[in-house]
Amino acid sequence: MTDHNKEVDSHSGTETTGHEWDGIKELNTPLPRWWLGIFYACIVWSIGYWVVMPAWPMINGYTHGMLNHSQRVNVANDIAALKSARHASESKLASASMDHIQSNPDLLQFALAEGKAAFGDNCAPCHGSGAQGSKGYPNLNDDVWLWGGKLADIQHTITVGVRSTSAETRQSQMPAFGKDGILKPAQIRDLTEYVVALSHRPANAAAVKRARQLFSDNCAACHGEDGKGNREFGAPNLTDADWLYGGSPQEISTQIYLGRGGVMPTWQGRLSPETIKSLAIYVHSLGGGE
Amino acid sequence: MNAHTKLNATIAAAMDEAANGVVRSDAEAINRSAKQAFYKARVPIYPKLVHGFYRKLKWAVMAITLSIYYFTPWIRWDRGPGAPSQAVLVDLAHERFYFFFIELWPQEVYYITGLLILAALSIFLASALFGRIWCGYACPQTVWTDLFIYVERMIEGDRSARIRLDKEPWTAGKIAKRVSKHSAWLVISVLTGGAWIFYFADAPTLARQLFTGEAALTAYAFIGIFTFTTYSLGGLMREQVCIYMCPWPRIQAAMTDAEALSVTYRSDRGEPRGFHKKGQSWEGRGACIDCNQCVAACPMGIDIRDGAQLECINCALCIDACDEVMDKVGLAHGLIAYDTDVNIQRRKAGEKPRFQFVRARTILYGGVTAVVAAIMLFAFMTRHTIGLDVLRDRNPNYVRLSDGSVRNGYTIKLLNHSGHPRSLELTIDGLKVTSFNVIGEHDTKGDINILVPADKVRSLRALIAIEPADLPKERREFTFTLKDPASGEKVETRSMFIPGGGQ
Repeated sequence: MTDHNKEVDSHSGTETTGHEWDGIKELNTPLPRWWLGIFYACIVWSIGYWVVMPAWPMINGYTHGMLNHSQRVNVANDIAALKSARHASESKLASASMDHIQSNPDLLQFALAEGKAAFGDNCAPCHGSGAQGSKGYPNLNDDVWLWGGKLADIQHTITVGVRSTSAETRQSQMPAFGKDGILKPAQIRDLTEYVVALSHRPANAAAVKRARQLFSDNCAACHGEDGKGNREFGAPNLTDADWLYGGSPQEISTQIYLGRGGVMPTWQGRLSPETIKSLAIYVHSLGGGE
Repeated sequence: MNAHTKLNATIAAAMDEAANGVVRSDAEAINRSAKQAFYKARVPIYPKLVHGFYRKLKWAVMAITLSIYYFTPWIRWDRGPGAPSQAVLVDLAHERFYFFFIELWPQEVYYITGLLILAALSIFLASALFGRIWCGYACPQTVWTDLFIYVERMIEGDRSARIRLDKEPWTAGKIAKRVSKHSAWLVISVLTGGAWIFYFADAPTLARQLFTGEAALTAYAFIGIFTFTTYSLGGLMREQVCIYMCPWPRIQAAMTDAEALSVTYRSDRGEPRGFHKKGQSWEGRGACIDCNQCVAACPMGIDIRDGAQLECINCALCIDACDEVMDKVGLAHGLIAYDTDVNIQRRKAGEKPRFQFVRARTILYGGVTAVVAAIMLFAFMTRHTIGLDVLRDRNPNYVRLSDGSVRNGYTIKLLNHSGHPRSLELTIDGLKVTSFNVIGEHDTKGDINILVPADKVRSLRALIAIEPADLPKERREFTFTLKDPASGEKVETRSMFIPGGGQ
């Protein structure tokens, strides 16, 4: 680049780069000064950034920078800060009785919020995000409570679980009458008709009559002579409109054959007592509990 | 020959040609459109002080608008205990906006939207009637620039003194003047940023915190941001903001028309222009003596005699400048005046000038403004102090109970806008229900009374169950009604009951 190569475009007064394509010349318009200024400022900034912030990958780890900034540590700090911010309400929750929580709007709001979050994390996979349940998994919005629907009952069920590994677990097991050969297929058919009749639906009268003794011998111990169930064993009421494994004759027959019983884990040790309390309050609030 | 003596020679030459004590200015309209290039460094403008009606009006508007801005947060307004006692407050933490006797919640933001629409329509109407009076008098850019120029003039002197100072070498005196000017600008800028943050917190408390270093970092950050913008926009960039950055000069062209008032050089009276010596006849020539005082006074660096142009903010300072000159040469005021180009055409054609304020455009803008204002006023007068929002449970949509009845769940939000706690009555209409209860409230049937604390929302769960005999075949709409038994105020919200599939 020598001076005698310089060519100034007469129209714009700008130098050309000396490049030419088919008579079209390229102007060497300088970058706007503000743009160039920002560009240089960014370079200076990035050098400063390398010094103070984590920047360069190394063979082992990376350069930490003077500020020793770490998002992982920040998250841990934020969580710690959140925990300490919640500490006051949390400890109030731990010491307050269930009745007290229910009658204190602020504490109740706190418990409901915590319970809802804990439900989403821990309970929703089986009971559904709206606690609506599904076949084999109880709906927690309704008025049917196999193990009791009072706050204390719900709290206990969450703590010990159902057929869980806890020593105090809620425990019961319906025999697999068909699978284990306790009853013959014809007897199961008769019993099915009997259970249908129990829930006030039309059934085969002869079969119902035949099954009366069968029910008394095999089922009444847990479900009661009248079929209204027994909370001691978590035995469902067979006379109502609610069916955990479905209410059609086919589904009732399948359940007698298989004797299924779901498992709910014990949450003791996995969730704090305050969280279990909040969960009980949240679940109780869904359908009003008992 | 140095710059100083050269300038003096120019002034002397100009004096020579002037008449009746009118100094011909060598001011150039540096922002004249013919001179504008795409890439151009800013040429400084040295607006000259003028005296007259519009200058006085502008001082008054500046005093009023700046007073409103700086002092409003300090006005106290008693709202009783537990509520802030600041008349105008944007309380972001508690999600409330206070304006004297008005308190707005975030869900009532449409009142703010309405006010903005009203502001836009008013500026349309003002533009259609009087041209750019917003730009010329009330725009913050104009007001603060005017204030900064005033400070500059106080420290460095008027136009010619400032031009001289700019050309001087850096002496101690020049440095002192420059330092004091920029310091004064910075003080004003800091105060501007400082005033802004007082709208968002209790002013006396925040002022104390600011000085003791206890205020939130955001408060200091916002002072910093506003200091920067005020200093750079008002002190350094000035007319460039209006010419290059502001969209309004482009938009307002659509709001005005030929009949809208505008600061106008009456070329019919002024042309042909030329120097005039005392005693010379005015026959065969125009009233403009080409003294350039209108150009010297212009803060935008234009020559109004070029006609209407985008750069002109209609500040009317050239009117005062010209009127001063007209007094000296003994001619009538109004060579530059609020006028219209069509009037100039009419005068040239020998017709009488007319001012048509009532036109289709102004009627339309005025009418729409009035309608929107009326709607807003009506909405505000009939505004409820209680509110009811109902969110029906969608997961699950319905719950079948053990006796075969069906229950729907609802999240109910009860709003109490007033400053005292109220017991509100919740009822349902249009649905025969077996049970209706609100969890946590003891009443289980019929009317339910719920205590809502002052200025709060209470969120509750309500359950409605219907037994099989009364169950509707299809989903059914019904109404929740919330009533304040004390005042009789009532709000209603529609919702739905879903009976679920038959089983």
